[in-house]
Amino acid sequence: MKSFIVSGCLLAFFAHTPNFASEAVPADSIYQLQASFQDQQDRSFQLAERRGRPQLVAMFYTSCKYVCPLIIDSVKGVEHGLTAAEREGLDFLLVSIDPARDDVAALASVAKKRKLDAHWTLARTDERAVRKLAALLGVRYRALEDGEFNHTSTLYLLDAQGRKLTSSSKLGTVPDPEFVAAVRAALN
Amino acid sequence: MRTPLIAMLAMAPALGFAAEGAWVTLPGEPEFATVLAYEDSQSRVAIAPFDLMTRPVTNADFLGFVTRHPDWRRGSAAPVFVSGEYLAHWSGPLSLGAAALPEQPATQVSWFAASAYCEALGARLPTWSEWEYAAAADATRADARQDPAWRETILAWYSKPSGEALALAGSGAADVHGIRDLHGLVWEWVDDYAAMLVSADNRDQGDADLLKFCGAGALSTNDRENYAVLMRIAMLSALEAVDSTRNLGFRCAREVSRAKDPS
Repeated sequence: MKSFIVSGCLLAFFAHTPNFASEAVPADSIYQLQASFQDQQDRSFQLAERRGRPQLVAMFYTSCKYVCPLIIDSVKGVEHGLTAAEREGLDFLLVSIDPARDDVAALASVAKKRKLDAHWTLARTDERAVRKLAALLGVRYRALEDGEFNHTSTLYLLDAQGRKLTSSSKLGTVPDPEFVAAVRAALN
Repeated sequence: MRTPLIAMLAMAPALGFAAEGAWVTLPGEPEFATVLAYEDSQSRVAIAPFDLMTRPVTNADFLGFVTRHPDWRRGSAAPVFVSGEYLAHWSGPLSLGAAALPEQPATQVSWFAASAYCEALGARLPTWSEWEYAAAADATRADARQDPAWRETILAWYSKPSGEALALAGSGAADVHGIRDLHGLVWEWVDDYAAMLVSADNRDQGDADLLKFCGAGALSTNDRENYAVLMRIAMLSALEAVDSTRNLGFRCAREVSRAKDPS
């Protein structure tokens, strides 16, 4: 019993030590992608800095009329399927596939309009990194002549090290129960 | 040191291979008729002028790349970027061996690795439209696609068994632009392979997946006779970025360099 408590304390210690973030990103982590991202508050970050907490990740673009608002609804659906304590341990990352038009102001506007709290990061990066992140996640997209995009709409669950755990393509305000169960398992 | 270099330079043209790193500028086409029936563009795509490698990247080229970039060596490259098939036919991480001749096209490379190779040259993979436009040429015409003889010639390659050893890169006949082996040697990665939203993959997945694609997603074809190009599309649209096969290689494209621009 004693040894359990000791190892638990050690674990907590390591998890909070500042060196934690500088440890190598696992080879099977999406955070292997080295690229600079900007969030809705114009802060720059690397994906590796997201380590430490599981993430729900999706790709979207702000001028999308139909499915993209539904993507945010779906993430919110998952959020609402969790207890308050569970919600504290999870972050949301939405990356734009339209870096030419989605500047920081456009991202900030969506965050404000949809009342997204500090757990939400709306991000942009350059076109090359968008393509690579999409390839890592499995998102497929194509720019249309009229400025819209065709794209697959899937939510991806990453573990605290950025490894893909599972995904769900069932969009809507009522979350996919299997997916919520997977999120819960990743949090506990 | 100098003698072997001169000997190599002298040998390359004698063997009929394009020299390493050879590029040509393609003029582009403001209204190129793609075989893909995009609903949004009436199947006309604007191809800006671009530079394209005259032959696929070879094993020797790729060995040079992994020598300079240890992160991309077999065994070192992160498994999120490459599968277990990555360069599996090489005898070692820094040696080619009998199953990978230096002049054969580099195959068993993932989209990530191919992209990284091109980026190291300040280049990129060609887009599907650029590739399709370049591959429409024959020895005398920039667009030979309506010629049944052209189609027959290309289809003949696709009916060959894929078990045979690959020919050497650059050994095919040059087209009107001076480009070789777009057909007849290997499949080639394109930058936007994931943009080929062929509807087959979300066709039978039930109501929950009706919204998998946002917008006018499904594409079909304008040119059912052009089997050779349609087979490429079917193959590319089935790939994931970590995949690699024995017959899948690549070449790079880049923006037309300003140095060459007379204006």
